[in-house]
Amino acid sequence: MPNLKDLKNRINSVKSTRKITQAMQMVAAAKLRRAEESAEAARPYAERFNAVMAELASSVGDSDSAPKLLSGTGGDQTHLLVVLSAERGLCGGFNSSIVKIAKAAATKLLAEGKTVKILTVGKKGREQLRRDFSDHLVGHVDLSDVKRIGYANAQSVAEEVLTRFDAGDFDVAKIFYSEFESIISQKPTEKQIIPATFETPEDDVASTVYDYEPDETEILADLLPRGIATQIFTALLENAASEQGARMSAMDNATRNAGDMIDRLTIQYNRSRQAVITNELIEIISGAEAL
Amino acid sequence: MADTMQFDLVSPERRLVSGLARAVQIPGADGDMVAMPDHAPAVTTLRPGVLSVEMDGATQEFVVTGGFAQISPEGTSVLAEEALPKSEVTADFIDERLTKAQAAHEAAEGDAVDTAAKRVSDLQALKDAL
Repeated sequence: MPNLKDLKNRINSVKSTRKITQAMQMVAAAKLRRAEESAEAARPYAERFNAVMAELASSVGDSDSAPKLLSGTGGDQTHLLVVLSAERGLCGGFNSSIVKIAKAAATKLLAEGKTVKILTVGKKGREQLRRDFSDHLVGHVDLSDVKRIGYANAQSVAEEVLTRFDAGDFDVAKIFYSEFESIISQKPTEKQIIPATFETPEDDVASTVYDYEPDETEILADLLPRGIATQIFTALLENAASEQGARMSAMDNATRNAGDMIDRLTIQYNRSRQAVITNELIEIISGAEAL
Repeated sequence: MADTMQFDLVSPERRLVSGLARAVQIPGADGDMVAMPDHAPAVTTLRPGVLSVEMDGATQEFVVTGGFAQISPEGTSVLAEEALPKSEVTADFIDERLTKAQAAHEAAEGDAVDTAAKRVSDLQALKDAL
């Protein structure tokens, strides 16, 4: 049986751990609110952008002059997987679940005989992928100094992707990130960004014929790279919100576990203390009887 | 004819203006244009420049660095890459983008040279106008 002093120390250390996890949970909650706000603020832009792009794409899409970003290179031999993860750990299964679907996709593509290249954003995803796919990692975008994700960050990621595309490094690009559904549920998601796909708006307002200035092809060529950046931006914001959500629930769990542990240890401590007292009493009584 | 139309100015990070406007002057890639209610549907890309909105009897001015505008008879939405109220724009802000554009111009090849040159001159014009 551990002695009383050890137990006391143990209880104290769990108590301070609980304080830390509690603080982290509160910090995550505050950051989550901010992350959600930015994701909310970015939504109108992304929605309108997609609507216009869908319209443009449907009018230019089929012609031969369609830009490669839209129509693809014609092949699908080389795939670029852009894995967006967090810079920090201690957020439950957040990073692992993104890495898991990315790994599954990579394994599947490799089994089909395709070439796989991986671009990582965020330190944690890179660390996990390096174990199994170190030969496939082609680049990394470091966002560890970024406190609040801005459009410029998304642009730098997009630039990284686009320069590789222009150099003919890959045919298809997909991003992996976690979609924010609620604090307790984040959905790891895979989305194709090159060749670009746009969800056509449900209400079919395509009947409006727009005048394009300059013409469709030129606008499309101008807007497609921005579309990529916008999609990455949305993904980054979703990811940021998911990360904080995941951290919040992980820390909530940890706090609760620490509480349970303190209760258990306290009971054990009290029992041992009583056992010691009882022992002492028995010794005294039997000592007195012996006289 | 309706007197006002719905106008939205959004950047990727936030919505700057949303409301009823009488007229919007847009720095289009091929020249300035003014959108008023019942304008024919049009989509245009933007060059770096000043966008001015006439709403509630006052004129508000914004600096945009690129993006595009979607005009329909009912309203106009401007999706700017970066947009700031004119009063908040500093010379450093423009200079930073100008330096970047100049670097891109020097690095550009083929068709991209003209596009890059245009961006440099647009930014220069914007800088002079402020």
